[in-house]
Amino acid sequence: MNVPSNLKYTKTDEWFDPASGAMGLTDYAQTQLSDIVFVEILLSVGDAAKPSQAVASVESVKAAAEIYAAVTGKVSEINEGLSEKPETLNSDPFGAGWMVKIQGADASALMDAADYEKYCAERTH
Amino acid sequence: MTYIPHSPKERDAMLATIGIKSLDELFKDIPAKHRFPDLNLPPALTEMEAAAELAGYAGANETTQSFVSFLGAGVYNHYIPAAVDHILRRGEFYTAYTPYQPEISQGTLQAIFEYQSLMANLTGMEVSNASHYDGATAAAEAANMAFAQFRGKRTKLVIAPTLNPQYRATLRTYTQGMGLTTVGDDPKANLDGGPETLEKLIDENTALVIVQYPDYFGRIYDYSHLAEVTHAAGALFCVAANPTSLAILKTPAEMGADIVVGEGQPLGIPLSFGGPYLGFFTTQKKFIHKMAGRVVGETVDNRGQRAFVLTLTAREQHIKRERATSNICSNQGLLALAAATYLSLLGQKGFRQVAELCYHKAHYAAERISKVKGYSLCFDTPFFHEFSVCCPKPISEINAHLLEHGIIGGYDLGQDYPALKDHMLIAVTEMNTREEIDLLVDVLEEVNHD
Repeated sequence: MNVPSNLKYTKTDEWFDPASGAMGLTDYAQTQLSDIVFVEILLSVGDAAKPSQAVASVESVKAAAEIYAAVTGKVSEINEGLSEKPETLNSDPFGAGWMVKIQGADASALMDAADYEKYCAERTH
Repeated sequence: MTYIPHSPKERDAMLATIGIKSLDELFKDIPAKHRFPDLNLPPALTEMEAAAELAGYAGANETTQSFVSFLGAGVYNHYIPAAVDHILRRGEFYTAYTPYQPEISQGTLQAIFEYQSLMANLTGMEVSNASHYDGATAAAEAANMAFAQFRGKRTKLVIAPTLNPQYRATLRTYTQGMGLTTVGDDPKANLDGGPETLEKLIDENTALVIVQYPDYFGRIYDYSHLAEVTHAAGALFCVAANPTSLAILKTPAEMGADIVVGEGQPLGIPLSFGGPYLGFFTTQKKFIHKMAGRVVGETVDNRGQRAFVLTLTAREQHIKRERATSNICSNQGLLALAAATYLSLLGQKGFRQVAELCYHKAHYAAERISKVKGYSLCFDTPFFHEFSVCCPKPISEINAHLLEHGIIGGYDLGQDYPALKDHMLIAVTEMNTREEIDLLVDVLEEVNHD
């Protein structure tokens, strides 16, 4: 399982990059969901983002999930091309699979890579 | 005969496994006074007695076997090839239900896939779902889809007053509590202005505009401009279409429809006094994730063999739950098969012939009726197989007279549109012979002399 060390993580399997403000879903999440066939970004540029609010809606062959804002802030960019190629979330969740960029965010409450890896290991399914 | 598949021995073995002595113990949480209430049923009939009783009820009904019918208004008396029933009654289709296990449901899944392909083709659209219960609920699902498409941000539905009254009522029922407003179909609406009269009702808060084609009075309009106005406002355009008419008319897709729905009953399904019927729903590929209902897809198995499966299932409410477009997760399997069988048997040429017969016979009837003193065609708009006749007497009176001659007359439009008293909606299909039409004309003439 891929857990890039430069990123921060949530308990609901979103990742956040404090450097760029980008966020998406983790390698762990895309493995659990299996083949993703649909993704819809629910926020627009300029919208407020907060953790209780869904940023995107994802459907795979067997599940439907909401992706929540990893942090509180303002949406500065959305990945327009993502809905055309939902499989990117499986093949490159941390790179081309970024969903939105959030500015003005405080990521201090998020887990670092080591904690997230431990958290994933503890989970039973 | 018991209708439960378990033998007493099997039941005892199961009870022993879970450690109880009798089935009664499983109901112990239900308060004693509510357990096994006395139902006071009459004694059981034998099969012979039951058959006689049911035959009695059936015999009290008349059918289009013994009456000539000119009644339409949403469902139509078309010829059903004998082969349709034979295919439907095959046990593999008749008793099969939900094809959730593709390994043992390839026949059912392929049949639904063929149905989907045929309906997409017929309406000119890119995709179809596996069907809904009827045209009215399919129209309601179009409203659900538009609501979901705009994530609840657009809250207005523009509904043509010339959409079938039952569909309009169903739309209102389905959309209760969703925070939607419906406009366009109030009792004082202008019924004569054509699609342009709806244009002023469309704005950036409109989620869906829905019209009927041909409309409830049988009139054919080209909705292309209305579709453009709808799209300019960013809304979705839905056409509720008669499937038989699509064999010869410009398709809703060519007019710019985003969704096409309708009643599939004309495609090999009997009238049955109101149902079961078949709702079809087609749309463009870009909307498929917001579309409700089952979808069958074609794929290959792990040996490269073509196979069919239910696909895009995460849209449906048993997975997506409260965020799904709709709660519907079933389809009208047997009747979708009837429609697919009917269309396959007729083929493109045969189906076109049916439509042409309907068209020409209806125009012959209209021409003859318009020449009878006291009667006139209410509208001069082009029509397919249904037209409105302005009559010299109340429709109920005329229809009573027609019934005496073995004819079921047209629909009394005054029942749904107070301004249209003495307007009769007459439908003519390939089933009506020239002699029958001539008889209708003679009796209508006779009624006016009384």
